[in-house]
Amino acid sequence: MHILTAKNLNKTFHQNVALHNVDLEIPKQSIFGLLGPNGAGKSTFIRIVNQIINADSGQIQINGEDLAAKHIGTIGYLPEERGLYKKMKVGDQLLYLAQLKGLPKKEAVQKIKSWLERFEASDWLNKKIEDLSKGMQQKVQFISTVMHEPELIILDEPFSGFDPINANLIKDEILRLREKGSTIIFSTHRMESVEEMCDYIALINKSEKILDGEKSKIKNDFKSNQFTLVHRGNGISTNETFNLESKVTFGEGLHKSTLKLLSGASSNQLLQELLNQKVDIVSFQEDIPSINDIFIQLVKGDKQNTPTS
Amino acid sequence: MSKIGLVIKREFDSRVKKKSFLLATILVPLLFPAIIGGMIYFAIQESKNAEQEKVYVIDEAGEFNFENDNKYAFEELNLGLEEAKVAFTESEAYALLYLPAIDLANPAGIVMYAKKNPSLQASSYFENQIESQIRDRKLKSSGISEEELDKLKTNISLSTINVSDTGEEKASSAGVAYGIAYAFSFLVYMFVLIYGTQIMQGVIEEKSSKIVEIIVSSVKPFQLMIGKVIGVASVGLLQFAIWVVLIFALSAGVFAIFDFNPADMQTAQESMSGMNGNSSAQAAIMENSKVGEILNVVYDIPYAYYISVFAFFFISGYLLYGALFAAVGSAVDNITDAQQFTMPITMPMIIGFLGTFMFVMPEPDGNVSFWLSIIPFTAPVAMMARVAFGVPAWELALSMGLMVVGFLFTIWMAGRIYRIGILMHGTKVNYKTLLKWVKTNS
Repeated sequence: MHILTAKNLNKTFHQNVALHNVDLEIPKQSIFGLLGPNGAGKSTFIRIVNQIINADSGQIQINGEDLAAKHIGTIGYLPEERGLYKKMKVGDQLLYLAQLKGLPKKEAVQKIKSWLERFEASDWLNKKIEDLSKGMQQKVQFISTVMHEPELIILDEPFSGFDPINANLIKDEILRLREKGSTIIFSTHRMESVEEMCDYIALINKSEKILDGEKSKIKNDFKSNQFTLVHRGNGISTNETFNLESKVTFGEGLHKSTLKLLSGASSNQLLQELLNQKVDIVSFQEDIPSINDIFIQLVKGDKQNTPTS
Repeated sequence: MSKIGLVIKREFDSRVKKKSFLLATILVPLLFPAIIGGMIYFAIQESKNAEQEKVYVIDEAGEFNFENDNKYAFEELNLGLEEAKVAFTESEAYALLYLPAIDLANPAGIVMYAKKNPSLQASSYFENQIESQIRDRKLKSSGISEEELDKLKTNISLSTINVSDTGEEKASSAGVAYGIAYAFSFLVYMFVLIYGTQIMQGVIEEKSSKIVEIIVSSVKPFQLMIGKVIGVASVGLLQFAIWVVLIFALSAGVFAIFDFNPADMQTAQESMSGMNGNSSAQAAIMENSKVGEILNVVYDIPYAYYISVFAFFFISGYLLYGALFAAVGSAVDNITDAQQFTMPITMPMIIGFLGTFMFVMPEPDGNVSFWLSIIPFTAPVAMMARVAFGVPAWELALSMGLMVVGFLFTIWMAGRIYRIGILMHGTKVNYKTLLKWVKTNS
């Protein structure tokens, strides 16, 4: 079951194509990484989902229903550019934003109270935003995004501006919210957090989706069947099972060799081959590409394919 | 509560709870009666304390006869002109009038000597005195008796009465109408400008603090804009209402404190205008009848009519300009950039304001006045001035109708600029871009 389905989305700003035939399916209760370089069209997509702008063509469905005004309360949105009313008190501000999301006043007051308690910030209630530190403001901003318990939480670069301690706090909150049933869309170009948290990813480049799917499956697809072997002894002889791509020699007789499986062979066969050779195996590991590697490979490859203008 | 309602409430609360609002709302009404009260007080004091000035007169033919009043005491000198000049410079006297024996048909050679430049009031006062005495002498010489001469002297006060089609008569006064026209058109001008700028500042603040992206994910940009415009308008109306109540209450208080009665007002007016060309008894009668007349007119003012017309033009003018100010705020990143766009907005306002003083006040039913009060951009100020002098119903209806069309149009246009502008950062915007935004469908 998908919480969000986008079909054939197109958006053009005065001859600049921002989205071109983009399809996306975001499974329920997942953490979905929306990746792409600056200006790829991520923010445009997010703004369309938030009904800030309309797509030129295409369709978006939330839980199988066409996106409509009633879904505003279903979505929580943390934009990349953070901002709150500086002169407004924390309590008033959160109440206003919660009511705009359709929460009744009484319920909103209660939720604000419990969220501030969670963040050990109950005494901020009557402070003006401008009197808070930047980190505190970010926490208030995060609370404003999730306090109405939205089914779909869209976070644009959520960790920018947080110190490592607060970033961890937010990370834990995100995981907890998923446990409670929310789906989180993460728009970022920070790959380490994607690697760590995302279940699914989609890569958008130059207004087109060039890749999407389960993170582990994508990483699998991008495997190059290469293995790193650290060994003693110098006697690796290649055969029809594998090739020796490179070899580095360390001190104390240690070597690090990159081996590439030839078609059809399995890792077990390779290991078996190696056991029969005159080397002492110290470690044996498959080279799995990081999301970062895949990202760079695809975005760069895309650039090479298009003539530079 | 609806979303627009929530936005209105926030805009209203955040402004009304500010200290600056409280200060302006309370201080301005305190200031007005304080200034007016102070001026009246000093005017009364001055006229009470004013000393009679001595004026020497050399009347060579002995034909003139000056009566002392509370400002001047006349003393005739039987000296030659040169000796009199010496005596004058050594004395404390204010002026020396030299009246040579003159030919009635062609009076010449009358001179007023003074130690410093005499005020225009003083010289014209003496001129009037001498002129009327020469006129009296001319009349006498043509055979009119003293008795008849006294009968000829008249003082009239022109009462103007408006007669309506139904024959109903109403006291009117050009002065009172002028005052009302001035007050109402100035108020409309001031409020639209002050609160229009506030909308613009609010929009720029939301845009530069980046909160707008969060807000428009919950509210349509148009709702946010309308909410802001209405919220700020309610602040303006509240402030205006408080001012009116406070000014009336405090003015009444000030008048009570100074024991303000028509007699004092008369002396105050006399000393302020320096007009006491008539004997004081005559002046008192005349001023009293004038005061009574003005009070009569003031009581007769159809307040309900003026205030409802004022409310209409205030609100519609504010909506018309407020929407444009919101559009400008949305298109720029900071106040400095806004200036190039506010010029064309304030221009028609200033034209309307100046036009009201140059054309509408002197000639409320003139051609230019008509057009100024019909075109929506100048109508709020110009029509408010015309209403005070009386305006045909169809013209008022036409002006109001066009006003509604006008503000619906500017709100529509502003909404289209606003929805795109608030999400744009760092782009240099010019009129071409704005036009493109208006045409873009999102």
